[in-house]
Amino acid sequence: MTTIDRVLGAGIERIDGPAKVRGSAPYAFEQDPGEPITHLALVQSTINRGRITRLDPSAAEATPGVLAVLTPANAPRLSGELTADLPVLQSLDVHYQGQVVAAVVAETSEIARAAVGGVRVEYAAEEPDVTLRADRPDLYAPAQVMAGFATDSVIGDVDGALSTAAVTVDATYETPAQHNNPIEMHTSMARWDGDSLTLWDANQGPHTIQRDLMTAFGLTAGQVRVISPYVGGGFGSKAFAHPHQILAAMAARVVGRTVVLELTRQQMFSLVGHRTPTIQRVRLGADSEGRLTAISHEVVEHTARIAEFAEQTATATRVMYAAPHRRTTHRLARLDVPPPTIMRAPGETPGMFALESAMDELAHTLGIDPVELRIRNEPPRDPERDVPWSSRSLVECLRTGAERFGWAGRDLRPGVRTDGRWLVGTGVAAATYPSRRRKADCRISVDGRGRYLVEIDGSDIGTGTWTALTQIAADALHVGLGEVELRIGDSRLPFAGGAGGSTGLASWGSAVVLTARQLRARLESLGGQPPPDGLTVDGGVPGPSPHAEQYSMHSFGAHFVEVRVDADTGEVRVPRATSVYAAGTIANATTARSQFLGGFCMGLSMALHEESLQDEHFGHFVNHDLAGYHIATNADVGEIDISWLDEEDPWVNELGLKGIGEIGIVGAAAAVANGYWHATGRRIRDLPLTPDKFFR
Amino acid sequence: MKEFRYERSPDPAAAVALLAREPGGAFLGGGTNLVDLMKLGVATPDVLVDVRELTSAEVSDLPDGGLRIGAGVPNADLAADRRVRERYPVLAQALLAGASGQLRNRATTGGNLLQRTRCGYFTDVTRPCNKRSPGSGCGALHGVHRNHAILGQTFEGPGACVATHPSDMAVALVALDAVVRVLGPDGERSLPIGELHRLPGNDPSRDTTLRHGELITAVDLPPLDLPSRYRKVRERASYAFALVSVAAALRVEDGVVADVRLALGGVAHTPWRARAAEETLLGRPATEEAFAAAAGAELAAATPLRDNGFKVPLARNVVVRTLLDLSGGTR
Repeated sequence: MTTIDRVLGAGIERIDGPAKVRGSAPYAFEQDPGEPITHLALVQSTINRGRITRLDPSAAEATPGVLAVLTPANAPRLSGELTADLPVLQSLDVHYQGQVVAAVVAETSEIARAAVGGVRVEYAAEEPDVTLRADRPDLYAPAQVMAGFATDSVIGDVDGALSTAAVTVDATYETPAQHNNPIEMHTSMARWDGDSLTLWDANQGPHTIQRDLMTAFGLTAGQVRVISPYVGGGFGSKAFAHPHQILAAMAARVVGRTVVLELTRQQMFSLVGHRTPTIQRVRLGADSEGRLTAISHEVVEHTARIAEFAEQTATATRVMYAAPHRRTTHRLARLDVPPPTIMRAPGETPGMFALESAMDELAHTLGIDPVELRIRNEPPRDPERDVPWSSRSLVECLRTGAERFGWAGRDLRPGVRTDGRWLVGTGVAAATYPSRRRKADCRISVDGRGRYLVEIDGSDIGTGTWTALTQIAADALHVGLGEVELRIGDSRLPFAGGAGGSTGLASWGSAVVLTARQLRARLESLGGQPPPDGLTVDGGVPGPSPHAEQYSMHSFGAHFVEVRVDADTGEVRVPRATSVYAAGTIANATTARSQFLGGFCMGLSMALHEESLQDEHFGHFVNHDLAGYHIATNADVGEIDISWLDEEDPWVNELGLKGIGEIGIVGAAAAVANGYWHATGRRIRDLPLTPDKFFR
Repeated sequence: MKEFRYERSPDPAAAVALLAREPGGAFLGGGTNLVDLMKLGVATPDVLVDVRELTSAEVSDLPDGGLRIGAGVPNADLAADRRVRERYPVLAQALLAGASGQLRNRATTGGNLLQRTRCGYFTDVTRPCNKRSPGSGCGALHGVHRNHAILGQTFEGPGACVATHPSDMAVALVALDAVVRVLGPDGERSLPIGELHRLPGNDPSRDTTLRHGELITAVDLPPLDLPSRYRKVRERASYAFALVSVAAALRVEDGVVADVRLALGGVAHTPWRARAAEETLLGRPATEEAFAAAAGAELAAATPLRDNGFKVPLARNVVVRTLLDLSGGTR
């Protein structure tokens, strides 16, 4: 074994890139199950709430090429342990618009889709209740919010501090429902061999999907294999099982053939989750120097009647700034909507729009530069947990970003700069995201010729895992990249949590490092040479960092944007932006830049475009396709300067790597809204910043 | 998607004759809108007669100095035509403001004129829509309608419809007084483009005055001797339908409006020729005040819905700005 230069951090091009560009990387729909494939199409409810009174599949069943029509009357019974939207076709009750009420299996997708029209369904509909308001009498406090956070946090006397503060801000911010919309539609291909199920599936973690399939069909781990080597984005909507995986498996069992189900774009607006709308009241109290005395962040959001999903919207507020008196709360309304789910930085994304907008408003009230205001409120320790930071570089991110962007000398006054018909402004906002490590197992083998095989059920949903994890493995094994083969995306591989919560590389990478250490120790005990028939070591990490209780672990960042608003039309353009991040070790400079950039662009898109519009009478999402649900195009994305600080963190995990999948989106919308205010003098507190709001 | 037959014909007359025998059939141009609607179950033709390569794909000079655009000319080719860019910049700009490069390569001139509204209730077969399913009602009227019409809607009865026409190109053609050449079962006819599209009236299922089997073969542009431009407003910088658009041409002589053409997009069931504004302006001083008064005269008839009132000041601003830009004024 020879020692070589570290490849960690290098901008290695994607290992899986050539296959993806050539179209030879098989996504779920393109897998070969080894037999002719049948196709599944869905009949969905057109009401939000009520009961099926009549369901007649006879015309569909009589269609040539149709193999079966699954309905609540004939569908196989699933385990009663399934919750939320997973007990598909198990009852006549309808809980949300778009719920699957029947499914057609046919020889071709064309026949299946055409036969959907031959399923007659009648309902006893009840009036849908879909509108979120902060004054609803039925708001309730969930037992806890997502990721295990406490629902409320209260320190000191917030109301008293607000009443005596020299300066206060009291503002309510709103974010609309949003849909994840990865480019690859959710797809599941199911094949049964006896009582064993194979599912080729687009997801963010095969073991997560496997668990729900085991529950649904009463199977053991050995009977369910989920295979997902290539996935075209997820943003959270592929983290958990949704009805389509259950349906594909159910249909395949009924017809005794391989069945594939690829959701349509429209179906993705009801069957794979969404980000809850939020209404957030933020109150800040400060002394005349801008030092915060009180922070209050009260969140109202929705969940589905059949599933509680409590987005942790105010949790970032618990770590951002120092203040002796603090309060955060979350209240939910149960509505007749599909179950919400995680969408890139759930919690931090809507929550930091509110907090970072309020900080901008406070800076203006005080006449203090908004960068300086944030620096004045930098907390030396986690302000709510009262433990030290494992590392925190927000101030450096703000200062570096200000320097790169050219922030110095900025005129604090809003609405005074023009360039032709453009009103021009600049905005800043901070970003944060928790750093966590989760349990992950790993197996590394070396053959007699010194070739290494690394096996772990990690996922690459477009993030760069294939490449970055191979780099980590090569360094940990002290070999070149070319000597390591990585296998991920298969539930037969050693257990790992899914790609979510920015935990992927932190967890899988740690597992690889520790397992590689074991293997190298074994090899050294064998004299440094692998035995002729090779050697295999199983290892991993048991869960969170052992230092997670002693330290508060977060990445931080800062966004600076230039915003232009057309004085005649209210059109908004963002010609340039600077984002600086501090997220510990960066594993691959190229794919990391893409992650930061993609996150920022998604935040820009949230600021300017994204909004799922619900019809209050019919209860459905009206703009349920990419023509109606606007996402930023290339033309909306200007020059974006992405950089990161060298940050060493010995406590977060074996690699000092904090995770970067989500922090890019956090705070980006606030920076744009703050720039919009600076350009126009108008404070838009409800996203997105569409031209109609310019004319209010 | 319903099963359908696909047919080709040797020439336009045969295609017209074929479709005339097929009451449930439709012509297929680039298919960039029709095929989407078929996938959604909104359009359910049992026969498609492919005319994309039957009608001319040429732009040719007319003796009067105008241009004849074959109905098969792709939007991308038309936008790139040197004569169009030099003599009818409003048309080239309108074309390039629409759709995406890929769609413009595929979409035809004739098909662009006949594309249907993108109203979310029209494109969803599970919702009421008088345009798609006459008598079922208008879901948008009290629903999600921020980007719907502010002029010429029908609010009550079986004609209730607040949809907009989606085309950018058509707005420019309306301002240019284009003439649409049509071949039907009874032979050829021509109609001013202003008579092609119709307001919903009591039958929003009919977007145009064409009869079944009539095929657009060409669009004639009369000569234009005044500067023109197109301005499209949309919240996204590309690949979005207009919130409001303006096609304008203006000649100012001695500070007075000598000639003006003005049409609005995104405001009505048709591309909207702003005759009231034109009449107000003609012979008046070319000032910002006069432009604003003209826009006001046109928009006095506006009947905005609950959530699209912003289109009235938006349209006014865009009319004023576009006319100021054309007159060389700054403010």
